[in-house]
Amino acid sequence: METPVNIEIEDIAKEFGTTAALHPVSLTIPSGTLVALLGPSGSGKTTLLRILGGLEFPSAGRVLFDGSDATGLTVQERRAGFVFQSYALFRHMTVFDNIAYGLRARPSKTRPPAAEIARRVNKLLDLIKLPDIGARYPSQLSGGQRQRVALARALAIEPRMLLLDEPFGALDAKVRKELRQGLRDIHDTTGLTTVFVTHDQDEAMELADLVVVMSMGRIEQVGKPEDIRSRPRTPFVREFITA
Amino acid sequence: MTDTITIPSRPRAFRPATTEPTVVKWALIALCLAVLTVLLFAPLIAVFDEALRRGWAFALVSLSEPDAQSAIWLTLTVAAIVVPLNAAFGIAAAWAITKFDWRGKAWVITMIDLPFSVSPVVAGLLFVLMFGANSALGAWLVASGFPIVFAVPGIVLATLFITFPFVARELIPVMLEQGRAEEEAALTLGASGWRTFLTVTLPNIRWALLYGVLLCNARAMGEFGAVAVVSGKIRGQTTTMPLMIEMFYNEYLSVAAFTMAGVLALLAFVTLALKSALEWRYADQLAATHRH
Repeated sequence: METPVNIEIEDIAKEFGTTAALHPVSLTIPSGTLVALLGPSGSGKTTLLRILGGLEFPSAGRVLFDGSDATGLTVQERRAGFVFQSYALFRHMTVFDNIAYGLRARPSKTRPPAAEIARRVNKLLDLIKLPDIGARYPSQLSGGQRQRVALARALAIEPRMLLLDEPFGALDAKVRKELRQGLRDIHDTTGLTTVFVTHDQDEAMELADLVVVMSMGRIEQVGKPEDIRSRPRTPFVREFITA
Repeated sequence: MTDTITIPSRPRAFRPATTEPTVVKWALIALCLAVLTVLLFAPLIAVFDEALRRGWAFALVSLSEPDAQSAIWLTLTVAAIVVPLNAAFGIAAAWAITKFDWRGKAWVITMIDLPFSVSPVVAGLLFVLMFGANSALGAWLVASGFPIVFAVPGIVLATLFITFPFVARELIPVMLEQGRAEEEAALTLGASGWRTFLTVTLPNIRWALLYGVLLCNARAMGEFGAVAVVSGKIRGQTTTMPLMIEMFYNEYLSVAAFTMAGVLALLAFVTLALKSALEWRYADQLAATHRH
C-alpha cells in the first residue's frame, strides 16, 4: 500500500460572488490522520472539504498533496474518496453497481476485469459488514446502511484520501454512535488520511486525531481533542465546545 | 313526541381523516366521469362513427388518395425531425438551468415558456416575416433554391418553436429536485462528464424525458395554427394531417376528414398505450427512483 497522503493547505481563500466563504486559511493534515473540521453552519468547513476534493476551486492559495501542487488537478485526478452529506447514492443502481461504479469508469487500460471488480466489491461489502445487500436498491436500505454503502463506494476507487461531509448528519442518535466506531475502524484498517466535516463537537472530539475548529471562514484552533478541550485558544472555541 | 337518542351505526372515528362521506365521494366520481364522457369519449366515438359511416372500405379509400398519403408522410417526417431535436434542446436547456448558476437564468426560464403563451398563429406570422419572400433573408433563400416559408423547412421550424417547451418543462422540476450530488459523486469516482451524463443523469431523468418526448410528439403531429400560416397549404407538398383534415372538411368530404382525424387520434392512443405499457413494465424501477 502506498503511504497515506500528506495534505498541505496554503492560504486558501474562496469567495462566492462578493461574500467570502473562506478567508485565507492554512493547515497541514499529516499523513494517515483522521481529522475533523468542526464548526457551525456557515463556518466554511464544507467549502474547505470540497476544495480538497476538487469539487470547488479556491479563489486564491494552493493545495499540496505530498508536497506537489494539486490545486489545478481536476476532480477525477484528485482520486479523493468523497462521502456526501445525504450520500448521493445512484438511486437507479443496485448497491453492487454503486460500489463498482468507480472501477467500471476507469479507462480500459487500467480497468480490472469483471471478475476482479466483483471480488473487490464483495470484499468492500464485507468491510462495511453488509455482505448480503449487493442486489438491493438504495431506497430499500436504512440510513445507516446507505452511509456505509457510500463509504464502500468511495473506498472502491482506491482513493488517496477519504473526505466525508457530515457523514452522520442524516442519522438518528443511536445509529450515529454505532457508526462513529465504524468509521474509526475503517480508517484504522485502510490507514487513509481522512477528513470529515461535522457540527457536532462530541463527534469530533471522540473520533478525530486532530480537530480543526472553524468559524466565519477562519480557522480558530487546530489541536488534539484533549488540548482543545483543556486549552481553548479563543472565546469562540471555549463557547462552542462547551455548548 | 319522545326524544330518541340516535346512535350512529358506524362510529365516526372509524373513518380516516382524508375520506369524505360516501355521497361526496360518489358525486365527485360521477362528475368526473360525466365530464370525461361529454368532452372526451363521446366526441371520440363520434369521430370514428362518422369516419366509418359508409364502411371500412370507403374510409380506407379516402386514406389511399395521394394527397392524404402525402399529408400522413409529411406529418410523420416533421415529427421525426422535430422530436429528437427538441429532446436534445430540452435536455441542454434543463441541464444549463438546473446544474449551473449563471446570470440571466431567470430570464431564460421565462423565455422557454414563450411558445406556450404566444398564439401559434402569431408564431407562424413571425416566421413568415423573418423568412418570407418580403424579407431580405427570405428573398435570398428563395433565390438560392432553399425557400423556408411555404415549404417543408418552414413547417419544421414552426413546429420546433411550438413544441420546444415540452421536454424542458418536464425535465427542469425533476432535475432541480434531484440536485447535483449524484453527478458530483460520479465525478469524484473518476467518471468523465459525458459518462456521468450517460450513466447517472440520463437514467435519473428518463421518465420525465419520456413524458416530455411523448407530449412533444403529440403536439408536433397535431399542431395546426403556426403550421397553417407558414405552410401555404400546398396540396401534396406542404399539407400536414391537421391541415388536410380542415381541407377535406371544408370540401364537405366528411368521411375523408373524419377518417384522417381518426388516424391522428389513433396515433395519440398509440402514444398513450406506449407510455402505460412502459410504466407497467418498469413499475419497480419507477418506485425505486421515487421513494428515495
